[in-house]
Order: sequence, then C-alpha cells, then structure tokens
Amino acid sequence: MFAYPTVRTSFIFLAIALAGLLVADIAITTANPWQDLGRLFWGVVTPNFFSTEGLLTALLRTVAFAFVGVALGSVCGFALSLVYRFLPVRMFCAFIRSIHELFWALIFLQFFGFHPLTGVLAIAIPYAGIFAKVYSEIFEESDPEPSRLLPPGTRSIPAFLYTKIPDCWVQLRTYTAYRLECGMRSSAILGFVGLPTLGFYLESSFSQGLYSDAGAMLVLFYILIATMPLWVRPKLLPAYVLAAPFFLGDGMPIIWGNVKRFFTEDIVPAPIRNGEGLVGLSEWMGDVWINEALPGIWNTVVLTQIALVATGILSLLAFPLISRHFGGPVRRTSGHILLVIARSTPEYILAYILLQLWGPSMLPAVVALALHNGGIIGHLIGRQTNTIQLRPDAPTGLSRYSWELVPRVYRSFLAFLFYRWEIIMRETAILGILGIYTLGFYVDSAIQNIRFDRAMVLILITALLNIGVDALGRYIRRKLALKTMPTC
Amino acid sequence: MAMKQLRKWLATGFISMSVFSAAQAETFIFTAIPDEDETKLVERFQGVADYLEEQLDVDVRYIPVKSYAAAVSAFRNNQVQLAWFGGLSGVQARRLVDGSEAIAQGVEDEAFETYFIANTETGIEPSDSLESLEDKLRGKTFTFGSKGSTSGRLMPEFYIRDTFGEAPDSVFSRVGFSGNHTRTLRLVEAGTYEVGALNFQVWEKELAEGNIDTDAVQVIWKTPAYPDYQWTIRGDVNETFGEGFKDRVTEALLELDDPALLESFPRSGFIPASNDDYEPIRKTAVNIGILD
Repeated sequence: MFAYPTVRTSFIFLAIALAGLLVADIAITTANPWQDLGRLFWGVVTPNFFSTEGLLTALLRTVAFAFVGVALGSVCGFALSLVYRFLPVRMFCAFIRSIHELFWALIFLQFFGFHPLTGVLAIAIPYAGIFAKVYSEIFEESDPEPSRLLPPGTRSIPAFLYTKIPDCWVQLRTYTAYRLECGMRSSAILGFVGLPTLGFYLESSFSQGLYSDAGAMLVLFYILIATMPLWVRPKLLPAYVLAAPFFLGDGMPIIWGNVKRFFTEDIVPAPIRNGEGLVGLSEWMGDVWINEALPGIWNTVVLTQIALVATGILSLLAFPLISRHFGGPVRRTSGHILLVIARSTPEYILAYILLQLWGPSMLPAVVALALHNGGIIGHLIGRQTNTIQLRPDAPTGLSRYSWELVPRVYRSFLAFLFYRWEIIMRETAILGILGIYTLGFYVDSAIQNIRFDRAMVLILITALLNIGVDALGRYIRRKLALKTMPTC
Repeated sequence: MAMKQLRKWLATGFISMSVFSAAQAETFIFTAIPDEDETKLVERFQGVADYLEEQLDVDVRYIPVKSYAAAVSAFRNNQVQLAWFGGLSGVQARRLVDGSEAIAQGVEDEAFETYFIANTETGIEPSDSLESLEDKLRGKTFTFGSKGSTSGRLMPEFYIRDTFGEAPDSVFSRVGFSGNHTRTLRLVEAGTYEVGALNFQVWEKELAEGNIDTDAVQVIWKTPAYPDYQWTIRGDVNETFGEGFKDRVTEALLELDDPALLESFPRSGFIPASNDDYEPIRKTAVNIGILD
C-alpha cells in the first residue's frame, strides 16, 4: 500500500497532525459543556424571531454587503485575470487574497471607521485576488480551437469576447454564483468587528446567553443561503446589484485626513517615527518576532495541520451521507441537509459558538474548521461518487465503501484537501481574534493597544505564511499529479 | 405585495442616504467602551443621548462599538466627539488627539477597584494580601476582561507582575481575555476559568440584583484604589457646535441627576475630572508595556 505516493503523503500528514496533537492545547475547560450545547440546540428549535428590531435590517445589510463586495471583486478580478500571465500581477493577487476579509476590515476600520466602504472593500479586495486566479484558470482550460478559426487580423478584444467568453460562460457563472454564497458568509462575520451585519447581533445574543435569539439568526441565515438558487436569478441580478449599494446603511462620514495619517504615521514602525534609527528598529523587530510572531506562527501551523487532517477524516466519513450507493432517499435527504448546514455555517461563527460552550483551547477551532471544510469536501466527493457506475454484483456496506468507492475518489479527495490547505490556514490565523493564540490573537492585541505598526507587520507575516502554504500545496498537488477545478 | 415592500425599502434606503448626508454636520455623536453586555449598554447610553439632546439642543446619537480600540479609533478619527472611556482607553485616546480633555468622572471613579474572583471549587479563601494567595493561585486558569480594559486587564496585570515578579502566563496555566466584565463573572461562575479579575462596580451591581450564584463564585482579593472611567471630549467641538459647547456638555453631564440613568452606570453622580487625574494610569500602562 505504501508504494502509492498518495498513501505515503497521507500518512506523513497524519503523522504530523498526531505529533501536533501532543503539543496542542485541546482541553474542554467548561464545567458543563453538554448542558450549554443542549441549551443552544433548544434555542435553535425554539427560535425567537422578534427579539431585535434590527434583525431584518441586519439580514438586509448582510445581503447588500455581499452583493456589492462580490460584484466589485468580480469586476476587478475579471480585469486582473486578463493580465494574469504577468508575474507582478500574479504576485499582487496572491498577496491580496492571502489576507483574510476580517483583517482587511480591521485595517479599514482604522481610517474609514464605520463607513459602508469598510465592509465593501474588506470583501471586494481579497475576492478580486481569488476571482483573478480562478477566472484565469478557467480561461486557460478553455478550448483553443475557436480562436484558430477566426479570420487573420481579428483584434484581440473581439476575439476574446467571441471565443473565450462563450466557451467559459457557464463555468464563470457557476463560480461567481458560488462566491456570492461565500460572500454572504464573509459579510455575516464582518459583524463581529462592528459592521452592521448579522454577526453583530449574533455575537451580542450569544455572549448574553440568549440562545433563542441567536438560534433565530442562524435559522434565518440558513434559509437565506439555502434559498439562494430561488431568489438569485440571472434576470434579477442586475437589479440586485444596482439596488444593493442603497441598503448598506449609513455609517460615519469618511475623513480623508485619517487615511493619510494611517499610511504616513500609524503604520510606520514606532522606532522610525521616534527617530531611533536602525538600532531601535532592529530591537523593535526582534521584540515583535520573538514575543508575537514566532509563538503565533507556531500555534497557527500546529492548529492548521491538525485541522487539515481532521477535515480529511471527516470528509471521508461524511460523503456516504449523500452518496446514492448507500441508503435510501430519506437518509440521503437528511444527509444532504446536514452537510449543507455544516458548510453554510461560517467556520468563524462555529468556532465562536464552540468556544463559548467548551472554553478556550484549540479543540473548538479544530472541530469548527473540520465541520465546515469537511462539509464542503464531503459534499463534493459525495456528488462525485454518484457518477460512478458499480457492477451489479459489487459488494455492499463497508466493503463497498472501502474497496470500491474510496479508492476511486481518493485522488480528487486529496486534491480538494490540498486546495483547502491554504484556506484552512487563513481561517486558523483569523480565529486568534476569538482568543486562541494563533497569529490573529497577536494582531488583535496590537490593534487593541493602538499599535497599528505591529499589527501591520504581523498581518504581513500571516500573508507570507499563507502564500508559502499555498505554494507548497500546489507543489504537492503537482507532484502527485492531482487535478481539480477550484472550489471556495 | 413583494413589489410594494421592495419599493418601501428602496424609498427608506434613499431617504436615509440623503438625510445622512444633510444632517451629519450637526449631529453630536458619542460612543462608549463595550465593558458590559450590549443590551445594558444600549439602554444606558440611549438614555444619555436623550438627556444630552434635551440639554444641548442638538441632535445627539450614540453608536455602539465592538471593542475598546474601536471606541478609541472612532474618537481619534473624529467620527465621535465624546466618549465614555475607561482609565486606560481615555489615556490612549487623549494621547492621540491633541486638545482633548477629560471633563467628568463618576463619583466612584476617583477610587475605583478591581476584584479578583475565584470559583469556590478551587477552595481559595478571601485574603487581604495577594502575596498570601500565591500557592493557591499558581497553576490555576485565569481570565482578564477586555485586552484594553483598565479594571479588567491593566490593574490586575500590574498587581500580578508586581506581587509575583512574573508575567501572568507564567503564574497561571492558562490566561484568557473574556471580552467584558459580565462575561468574566459568568465564566468564573461556570468554572470555565478558575480565577478572574473584574470591575468592582459590575460585581456589586450584579450582586445587588441577585444575579450571582454566591455558592459558585466569590471575591478573593481587592486591589488598592485607582482612578478609572471618565467622559472625554475632543478639543475641536467648539468650532463645530459653537462657542462654549464644551462647557455646556460638561455642565450637562455634571448636572445629570436622573436616578434611573445614574443607576444604570452605576454611579451616584458625576464630578469634574482633568487629564492629570489619570497620570497614575499612564505610568502603570508604560510600566507593563501596553503603552510606549
């Protein structure tokens, strides 16, 4: 079995995760974790839809921020994808997408304050980087034949419009629609840092133990996501995009002096601002590096590796839930609902809930990341098994699972998993804001102490770490000759 | 029906946009650090907004924020002109905004205290000296309030370092930041953390209202007194709202005597304050490395 490189790679990652478990902090520290979990479930089944007057407004804002942010991101991403072959563009895109929406929001909050632009840009910027990459991949995969048939001398723009776009249209549309769903999730969690979306009220209700109020918000959010195919119609889309900017709410006016101050003073390292020269700067960098960056990187990496393997295990366990090779329609439908809930819940919200219930440690974060990502990958490979035709006399039950299906989907399973490696790390870093000691914790601490210079250095380090993992993931996928279309 | 609803939404959207741009110049906006549960904050500061609006004859609006730093940033960015800060956040804000002033503090804020509380399962008994609790405290789990809190972080961290000569994370096995005082109380009560430190006023108020299970959690040590919360105003408000505006705000705050409103803080009244009153807080913050 170990002759297969895919199996060897899997076991290496499993070993790293197990070693990580030895050093990770994974205790449940609450006295009554199950009692609170029970109360939460009770809250979800007895939702109180009339708790806050702001609830509907918050939902509306969540949708509006998602639409404006994703629309802007896709337009800019499309423009960037046309010049994606240039190295500086690729580097720029890799950089902007390696910084999480919440970090972007925290940065813009410092100078735009509570202006709608903060939320819009926080979504649009990283999404533009992702769109640029994925759109360009889609164009690359397209059939080169039609362009060869064009008369010589056709200009490049009409050529592009008449050959590439029609060929790629369905994929572009599917992917953009998918990102819109991601945008809803991003928009919802922006509330956790103070923007007027769902997360704002969710955080308040949860922290006060108002589980029925929080349950209502979660239920509405699931309905919103699940019904998207019904209300997000191609014909209605232009109307939504045009109307959305008017529903972002009023914030505070932008004062441009603040923007200038942020870039020319706030983020300039303190020793340079105070004229302490290079000696001061190296001391300062040493302090940031040893006391904040290194412990942050260590915890981020450990947590990412454990969460990655947990995601893999959960995906493999979850896909039979929706596979037509097991069980009947009732089981598949309930399995489907379960996986949709798992992947619709932003991991940040899941981690927040579990942290409240189980107390602070890496465990809630691992479970949250595994549930969300495992839900996504499980869903994808479950659907893939539905296209597999088994012989009529194929074995059933566990033998069918382990000897017929898993080997057939294992390569694409690994491809999805390594694709999500970087996404899991980006999320891991951000979960630090909730109090787990990953890089986000130190970024948040620096911001809380009004030390934006430190915060920026730490955000840059986080970005570089993500870019590194992204490159490593791509290297492994290429080494193992794994190929897949991207997901979220 | 759906169209009608949509038109209504559209209309309110447009109206709020236009009202927003026209009225912005005259609205006096203030915020407060989110030191307690949000419902309580909104109730308390909506009351203050109504009171100030009546006294000052300008539109007054309270905006809630999600973190101490967000309150400081909003003040610094002139998106709010007045704020109810803690000792530390006030020092941070005034350092960043030239001409800003502490104008009023609660009567209780002249001599504020932090209570160290412990879950009774730990068996830690109350004491008059933190030093005598060393054996009991070592290796326990401990939670502060918000990272930017004076009574929930700055002062307790100072006394832990001062007494034990070590950073909190080497004294305790696990150190967390609950976010606010109410949450610290709930977490220690539930045993999620064994020990915590919080604002004494929050403890006393919750105790008086019968919201604390005294069999599960008790006060084990009280810090010496220090100055804390205050109203801080920007130096440029007179230019925007007219001559003497700052004095009128100060006067209105000092004259606030609505018992229900004061009870919600909880403070027995407001008295004059000055920037110099908070010098001890600044020195402590520099001492433990929170402030440069």
